[in-house]
Amino acid sequence: MLPFRRALRPAALIATLAAPLILGGCDLVVMNPSGDVARQQADLILWSVFLMLLIIVPVMILTVVFAFKYRASNTESEYKPDWDHSTRIELVIWSAPLLIIIALGALTWLTTHQLDPYRPLDRIAPGKPIPADQKPLEIQVVSLDWKWLFIYPEQGIATVNELVLPADRQVRFRLTSSSVMNTFYVPALAGMIYTMPGMETKLHAVMNRVGTFEGQSANYSGAGFSYMHFPTQSVDAAGFDQWVAKTKASAQSLDTAQYLTLEKPSEKVPAMHFGTVEGGLFDRIVQMCVKPGTACGHGMMHHGAGAQEVAPAVNDRPGEGADGALMKSPDEMKTSPHLTHPHGAPAGHSEPGADSNRNMTRMDAPAYPGRAAAGEA
Amino acid sequence: MSDTLKMIFGRLSIESLPIHEPIVVGTFCGVALGGIALLGALTYFRLWGYLWKEWFTTVDHKRIGIMYMVLGLVMLLRGFADAIMMRGQQAMAFGANEGYLNAHHYDQVFTAHGVIMIFFVAMPFVTGLMNFVVPLQIGARDVSFPFLNNFSFWMTAAGAALVMASLFIGEFARTGWLAMAPLSGLDYSPDVGVDYYVWALQIAGVGTLLSGVNLVATIVKMRAPGMGLMKMPIFTWTALATNILIVAAFPVLTAVLALLSLDRYVGTHFFTNTAGGNPMMYVNMIWIWGHPEVYILILPAFGIFSEVTSTFSGKRLFGYTSMVYAVLVITILSYLVWLHHFFTMGSGASVNSFFGITTMIISIPTGAKIFNWLFTMYKGRIRFELPMMWTVAFMLTFVIGGMTGVMLAVPPADFVLHNSLFLVAHFHNVIIGGVLFGLFAGINYWWPKAFGFKLDKKWGLVSFWCWVVGFWVAFTPLYVLGLMGVTRRLRHFDDPSLQIWFVIAAIGAAIIAVGIAAFLLQIFVSIRNREALRDDSGDPWNARTLEWATSSPPPAYNFAFSPVIHDLDAWYDMKSRGAVRPVSGYLPIHMPKNTGAGIILAGFSLVFGFAMIWYIWWLAAASFLGLIVTAIAHTFNYDRDFYITAEEVTETENARTAVLARLGA
Repeated sequence: MLPFRRALRPAALIATLAAPLILGGCDLVVMNPSGDVARQQADLILWSVFLMLLIIVPVMILTVVFAFKYRASNTESEYKPDWDHSTRIELVIWSAPLLIIIALGALTWLTTHQLDPYRPLDRIAPGKPIPADQKPLEIQVVSLDWKWLFIYPEQGIATVNELVLPADRQVRFRLTSSSVMNTFYVPALAGMIYTMPGMETKLHAVMNRVGTFEGQSANYSGAGFSYMHFPTQSVDAAGFDQWVAKTKASAQSLDTAQYLTLEKPSEKVPAMHFGTVEGGLFDRIVQMCVKPGTACGHGMMHHGAGAQEVAPAVNDRPGEGADGALMKSPDEMKTSPHLTHPHGAPAGHSEPGADSNRNMTRMDAPAYPGRAAAGEA
Repeated sequence: MSDTLKMIFGRLSIESLPIHEPIVVGTFCGVALGGIALLGALTYFRLWGYLWKEWFTTVDHKRIGIMYMVLGLVMLLRGFADAIMMRGQQAMAFGANEGYLNAHHYDQVFTAHGVIMIFFVAMPFVTGLMNFVVPLQIGARDVSFPFLNNFSFWMTAAGAALVMASLFIGEFARTGWLAMAPLSGLDYSPDVGVDYYVWALQIAGVGTLLSGVNLVATIVKMRAPGMGLMKMPIFTWTALATNILIVAAFPVLTAVLALLSLDRYVGTHFFTNTAGGNPMMYVNMIWIWGHPEVYILILPAFGIFSEVTSTFSGKRLFGYTSMVYAVLVITILSYLVWLHHFFTMGSGASVNSFFGITTMIISIPTGAKIFNWLFTMYKGRIRFELPMMWTVAFMLTFVIGGMTGVMLAVPPADFVLHNSLFLVAHFHNVIIGGVLFGLFAGINYWWPKAFGFKLDKKWGLVSFWCWVVGFWVAFTPLYVLGLMGVTRRLRHFDDPSLQIWFVIAAIGAAIIAVGIAAFLLQIFVSIRNREALRDDSGDPWNARTLEWATSSPPPAYNFAFSPVIHDLDAWYDMKSRGAVRPVSGYLPIHMPKNTGAGIILAGFSLVFGFAMIWYIWWLAAASFLGLIVTAIAHTFNYDRDFYITAEEVTETENARTAVLARLGA
C-alpha cells in the first residue's frame, strides 16, 4: 500500500502546478497563435498528443495498477515466476504502437508537405482562399550581430528591429544572415526558420489578427543574442500603406556604407527606419559580396570574358578571417585576456549602478544616422 | 609582453585569469582550500602509496568502474552548480534587472553545463557501470584489454580536468554544447574557450572510443562457456549495443572536432562561411555523432531497468527475445534520424518527412520495451526496494518524455517547438527521467556487489523523492514556457509575466539540489553504518544474473572457476537447481599486472591539450614527444602478468566458504 500512496504525491503536485495552466492563467501563444500557419501547426500538436495519449494513458494506468496489485505484501495476487512469454501480448505490444505510428506517420507526411515553409500558401485562413489579385508581400530578412534587418524591396524601405506586416496578406520571407546562424521566429505567426550566412531560406506565412507580437532569434548566436527580439506589428492594409509612407519619408538611406556600419556587432539596438534602400542589397548579402571590391556571382558573369565563365559558389568568396594559430609569428600573436575583464568605463555611460555598466560585451550600438550612439540615447 | 615571454607562455598571461570575477574567485578559493585539505589528509594518512598501487595503476575492471563512478559524481556536482546558476539567472533577469551573470559568463555556464553533464557525468557513469558489471555478468575475469581500460579511464579524467581548468585559467566555450560552426570558428570565437572544448573532448573521446572497443571485444569473446548470445543478460546486450554505437559514432565526433581544430589552428576552411567552407557540414556531422550518443546513454539505462524489474518482481524478464530485437532495432535506427535536430534549417518537405518518420519508428521498439517491463511486473511479487522505485518513477516519467519527443519529431510541430524551452524540457525529461533515474537504480542495485554492504534506504528515499518531485517542478514550467513561445539560452527577458514560471523552475532545481545532497548523505551514512548494512551472501536482492554468484566485493579474479551457463538467468538457474559451489581443486589464476603507463600517458595528453589551447608550442611539442616515447616504451614492458597462486585462491575461497556456511547455519 505504501509505495502506491507515495506514488500519488508527485501526481497531486503536478496537478496543482498545472492548474493555473488549465484555468487559462497564461498566454500559450504557440497553442493560440494569430497566423494561419501557426494555427495549423498548433492543431497538429494537439492531434499528435491525442494519438499518443491513446497509448500513454493506458501505460501509465497499467504501471500504477500493476505496481500496486503485484506488490510483495499482497499475497492474494497471482504469482507466476516463470511466465515470460505470450505471443498474443507480444503481438499487441508491437502492433499497438505500430498502428499509432502509421497514423501519425501519414499525418506527418501530409502536413510536412502542406506546411513546408518554402511552399506558397493556398489560403489566408480556413475557408478563405488567396484573392486572385493579391500578390504576396516580399520581406527580406537579415540577421546581423545582434539585431534584425528587414528590407521591403517593393516599397524600397528597410527597418532594423521592427517588423510590420499587413494582416490577411501572404508574406514571403527571404532570409539570410551576415555572420553566424540565427533563427527567425515569430511564435504568433508561423514556425521558425534558420538564417544562415551565404545561404537563403524561405518562409511563407500570413497574419490573421491585428496587433503587436513578439519576434526573436531562437538560435544562440553570441553575446548579444538575448536582445535579438523585435516587435512584430500586424496592421490592416490601410495602416500598412500609411506606415510605408511614413517610413519612406525618413531621410536615412540604407546604402552599402550604411550596411557595413550596421553589420558590425552591437546589441540593444533601437528600431531604425530607412526611407530608401540600395537595390540588390539583399542578394549581395546572400552572395557575401557587399564589401566593395568583392565580386558577386552575376557581377562576374557580366564582366567575364565569355558566357561559359561560371561564377564561384557562394561559399567560395574569399574570406578575410583570421589565420590559423599555427600560422602566426610570435610578434603577431596576442595574449588572451580574460573575456569578462573590465576594459575601463563603458562607453557612453558612467552613472554608477546603471544597466549599461553590465554591458560586458563591450559592444556599442552603431551611431544611428543623425543621432548619437545608441548607448547614449 | 615581450616576445620571449610569449614564446614561453603563448597567449597565457596574468590577464587571462578571471581575478575580477568574484564568483569564480570565490569558487577557486573553495576548491583550493578543499583540494589542499584533501591532499593534506591523503599525505597525513599516508594514502598516496595505497592510492597509486591499488587504484590509479589498477587494471581491475571493478576498480576502474568505481573510479569512473567517482569521476561522474564529482562532475555531477560541477554540472549541477552550473544548472543552479542558470536557473538563478533566469529567475531574476527580468526587465531592468540584468541578473547577476553577464553575457560572457552566462554563455559559458550553459555551454559547460551541457558538455559536462553529457561527456563527464552521464558517460563516466554509464561506462563505469558497464565496466563494473559486464565482466561479472558474463562470468569473465576481466575485460579483454585491461591496460587499455585503465588508459581509457585516465583519458576521460584528463578531459574532465581540462574542462575544470577552464574555470580558473581563461574561459570555456560560449557556443552551446555542440559548438556549432561558424560561431565556433576562429572568426567569431577567437578566445581559448572553444579550444578548451575541442581538446577536452578529443582527449576524453580517445578514452571513450577505446573503452568501447574494449567492451565490445569483451562481450563478444569472453563470455563464460554456455552463454550463447541469446543467453546473455539484457544489461550485457544493451552494453554491447551501446559500445557498438560508441565504436561507430565517436570517430565521427573525433573527425568533426579535428576538422574544426584545423580551421582554428592551421587556417583551413572546412566550416567557415567563406573560402569553400560549409557550416552545414559541421551541423550534419556533429549530429551524426550526436544522435547515436543519446542512445549510447539510454540503452544501458534500459538494460538496468530490465535487470531491476526482473529481480524485484521475482520473475523472468517478459519477452526477452523481443527485448533484444528492440535494442538492436534502436541501435540501427539511431543512425537514421540525425536530421530531426535541424528540421528548421530549410531541408525539403520529403527529407524532413523521412527523418521525422524514422524518428517516430524508434518509438515502436521503445514502447515495446516499456510494455515488456510492465508485463514483467504483471503477476510478479514486486519488492519496492530503491532500484525498483527508481524504475517505476522512470516508467511514469519517461513515457511523457517519449510523447514530447514524438511531438518534436513531427516536422511542422517542430517548427514551433524547436530551440524552445519545450525542447529543453523534453530532453531533460528523457535524460533525467531515463538515463539518470536508471543510473540511480543501477547504483543502488549494484552498490552492495561493489562494496559488500547495501546503501541506506532512508536517505535513499529522501534522494529519490527529491529528484522525482524536483524534476517535475523544475521542468513542467519549461514545457509551459515553451508553449508560450519562449526559446532557450536567453539570459534576460522583457515580459514580467514569465517570471513566475522561472521562479517555480528554480524551486525545482533547489529540490533536486536537496536530492543530490541526500544522495551524498546516503553514501556517507551507509559507509558509517556499513556493519549494520553488510551483506555477506553476495546476493542481497535474491537476484538472477551471474554477478550475484560471487562474493561481494568480488575477489580480484571474479570467479575461481569459470561458471557454465545453462539458462538466461544463470544465477537463478543455479540457485533453483541447487548447484553446489566447488570448494577444492583451485588452480593458479593468470592475471594482468598493474601499470602506471595509463596515467602517465593521460598526464602527457593533459599537458599537450593545455599547451595547444594556450599556443605554448614548445610545451605541446615536448609533451607530444613524451606521449609517443611513453607509448613506445610501454610496448617494451614484457612484465605484464602474474599468477595468483593456488594457495592464495584457496585461502580466499575457503574464507568465503566459511562465511557462507555461517550464513547457512
